[in-house]
Amino acid sequence: MKPFEYARAASPAEAVRGFAPGTMYLGGGTNLVDLMKLGVAEPERLLDVSRLPLDAIEQTDGDRVRVGATVRNTDLAAHPVIRSRYPMLARAVLAGASGQVRNVATVGGNLLQRTRCTYFQDVSRPCNKRRPGSGCPAIEGDHAGLAVLGASDACVATHPSDMAVALAALGADVHVTGPGGDRIIPMPGLHRLPGDEPERDTVLEPGDLITAVELPPPPPGASHYRKVRERSSFAFALVSVAAVLDVRDGAVAGCRIALGGVAHVPWRAERAEQALIGGPATGEAFLQAAETELEQAGPLPRNAYKVPLARNLIVATLEELAP
Amino acid sequence: MEITLRVNGVPRKADVDPRMSLLDLLRERLGLIGAKKGCDHGQCGACTVLIDGRRANSCLALAVAVDDRDITTVEGLADGDELHPLQAAFIEHDAFQCGYCTPGQLCSAEGMLGEPGPSAITEDLLTDPGLTPDEIRERMSGNLCRCGAYVNIVTAIGEVAR
Ligand SMILES: Cc1cc2nc3c(=O)[nH]c(=O)nc-3n(C[C@H](O)[C@H](O)[C@H](O)COP(=O)(O)OP(=O)(O)OC[C@H]3O[C@@H](n4cnc5c(N)ncnc54)[C@H](O)[C@@H]3O)c2cc1C
Ligand code: SF4
Ligand code: FES
Ligand code: FES
Repeated sequence: MKPFEYARAASPAEAVRGFAPGTMYLGGGTNLVDLMKLGVAEPERLLDVSRLPLDAIEQTDGDRVRVGATVRNTDLAAHPVIRSRYPMLARAVLAGASGQVRNVATVGGNLLQRTRCTYFQDVSRPCNKRRPGSGCPAIEGDHAGLAVLGASDACVATHPSDMAVALAALGADVHVTGPGGDRIIPMPGLHRLPGDEPERDTVLEPGDLITAVELPPPPPGASHYRKVRERSSFAFALVSVAAVLDVRDGAVAGCRIALGGVAHVPWRAERAEQALIGGPATGEAFLQAAETELEQAGPLPRNAYKVPLARNLIVATLEELAP
Repeated sequence: MEITLRVNGVPRKADVDPRMSLLDLLRERLGLIGAKKGCDHGQCGACTVLIDGRRANSCLALAVAVDDRDITTVEGLADGDELHPLQAAFIEHDAFQCGYCTPGQLCSAEGMLGEPGPSAITEDLLTDPGLTPDEIRERMSGNLCRCGAYVNIVTAIGEVAR
């Protein structure tokens, strides 16, 4: 590991002021320390933000819930308000990583964790995300776990977070403070498609600090998070879905669908949502909606299985939610 | 950098390079070799210790970042000569073969028993489920055992959970 300095920030403002080129914020470190060991991340200075006083979960005006950026994943999933009003979010968090990792991982760090693409993690290989312009060996090589939606010729990586998928379905607001001031980024707008700049995972600028995630009132209807993986626990998603379905008099009054494991972003399935709203809540309608969404898929030879998997998962989850 | 930790109740000072993990600090500088290095990447749980009472992978924690914290390692579980109930149950139920994963299993189980709330497999998110064998398996999935002693590990933990 390359030598680096370590410092701790006492307030968000101090963290932003203390940010300079070569600095990286440190949350729980469960992703960043790992990437530093691998030589993928080489900060000159770590600014530890994990002890910032941003660890509260509180109701705010308009029946919203504000989750501080340093709230640990375990505490988010165990919180009574999250369990009762945002069960999809609790389930998504619980579906990720292990008890040990969730105890340490922060909400901010979870959103900004990097892809698990094996070439990205191996500094002896080219990778456009790690070294822009060096190429993408995944396209010809091992892309079995990678993206089928919104990928580019430069990068087919996926974003690995489960929590972000639920936040995308909820339309949560990400609160950011940085050298350019404060702003609010509605999910799924935090993450970006790779395009020809795969080195940028998100729309954040250098020095931007996530301070909180604000949940809007839970959308009406039943919700669920389902994750398909190679083993039943402690593995990243091959495909996951966060879904909310509100059926009134047999017709779909409201619907939210977000997919994980299929794109560089938590993928909000807007085409499927649009296709369903106002129509019948039947298996046939769910299948058509899923197919409408997945028409835009561009799978590679070894990840083509994800398209029918995503389709079936959408249909099964919506069927479970339909009354 | 100068840091101070309480390790198994005893204040310890150390001058560490910011690159040093808590695991390396414990094993190489403080002589506590209970916590094991399996993968060094958070994937196996052999390095599990308790930080302020919560289980964590010591391989992914920078020593400088746990300055001021309370650390409990497997060496701190027993009360003098009196084994911790989990240690006694592991022996009673043959919950290990080579023993390499055992310190991590024990610390993880101790932390897990204090973690309320649902797990990924809990049906009803609103009630705290009992620790059935399936719940124990799910909650302990961050600890791998190459010898496959899982069946007895679950039995041993289940006995203490009751
Ligand atoms: C073995 C293993 C299995 C895992 N399995 C899963 C899984 O199944 N599903 C899943 O979703 N995740 C999984 N994870 C990933 C885990 O969820 C992330 O490592 C964790 O959420 C990152 O949070 P952290 O606080 O430790 O972030 P860190 O590692 O500290 O930081 C991650 C990134 O975020 C930046 N950062 C941190 N906080 C802030 C902030 N407040 N503002 C701005 N930038 C910030 C850091 O600079 C860094 O770039 C797994 C991890 C491991 C090790
Ligand atoms: S898919 Fe993206 S992250 Fe993976 S090797 Fe290609 S450029 Fe790198
Ligand atoms: S050595 Fe820490 S989890 Fe494997
Ligand atoms: S007893 Fe050998 S690894 Fe678990």
